[in-house]
Amino acid sequence: MTVLLTLFDLLLTLTLLGLAVVTLTSHEPRRAVILFIAFGLLLALVWARLRAPDLALAEAAIGAGLSGALMLAAARRASGRKTSAAQSRDAEDAP
Amino acid sequence: MIRPLEHIVIPIGLIVVGGLLGWSFFLAVTGEAGDRLASVALARVPDSGVSNPVTSVLLNFRAYDTLLELAVLLSALLGIWSLGAAGPGFQPAASILDGMVAGFVPLLILSAGYMLWVGAYAPGGAFQAGALLGAAGVMLALAGHRNAGLPCESRLRLLVALGVFVFAMTGLLLMVLGDGFLTYPPGLAKWLILIIETAATLAIGATLAAAYLGGRPAAHPTSGETA
Repeated sequence: MTVLLTLFDLLLTLTLLGLAVVTLTSHEPRRAVILFIAFGLLLALVWARLRAPDLALAEAAIGAGLSGALMLAAARRASGRKTSAAQSRDAEDAP
Repeated sequence: MIRPLEHIVIPIGLIVVGGLLGWSFFLAVTGEAGDRLASVALARVPDSGVSNPVTSVLLNFRAYDTLLELAVLLSALLGIWSLGAAGPGFQPAASILDGMVAGFVPLLILSAGYMLWVGAYAPGGAFQAGALLGAAGVMLALAGHRNAGLPCESRLRLLVALGVFVFAMTGLLLMVLGDGFLTYPPGLAKWLILIIETAATLAIGATLAAAYLGGRPAAHPTSGETA
């Protein structure tokens, strides 16, 4: 049982580190935010394994859920602004 | 060409900071288990009015800290409101999403109430309950409700300031009565903590939902709703 749990912890830690690297190096904001949400959910599992259910609850609800929703909305607005700015520039360039 | 700041001062500074961090980590791992704060706090939990150690630390032993956290949340919302009016909400939802939201929002509010109550003796508390309330608001906003189920601006202002107000007023009242700022008398501690946590939950929920809207709320909250 303990061997299985150790293996699970190891897998969890490696996945978390991998997710962190992929999130930080992702070029597209939307993709980065979705990876960040996955990272937050796995981090909640880590807190649960560390026997801190309070932090696990807060991480899942605030860290992954609400922050993820806020950042998705921000990414959506930012990309909308970028495309509208590009469109207006195109319109100015057009003869 | 060697620029002294970039090539000498900053690397040496980083090495020193790194060495200090490594040294303190080494001390923390190998040091003797002396009088840690945790054991002192755990011993006093029965006096705090609640039996959950986390809540007793957050709302009693380090209540000052929690009050300032609520103030940080409030000032973050003020910063968001200073950006201007909230953008138009999302597209009106299909009826199946509306049906799901109608089922989920009451459940979220119910679980927020449970989370608030259970915080006295088990994992839970104001921040988790407030996050659930905020999630209900985000869900409403995603389903096309322009103001995420929040009241009009004058009432919303009262709501988001409620946590800091009740917390600070309780502290000041206790100070006037001669107990010191946020030093609860043992008999009343449980009820004072419950009152503060209820106000904080409402304020956190409203703040998070209002933050998701991304600007000052519309003047007439009912005008843009799909329901």
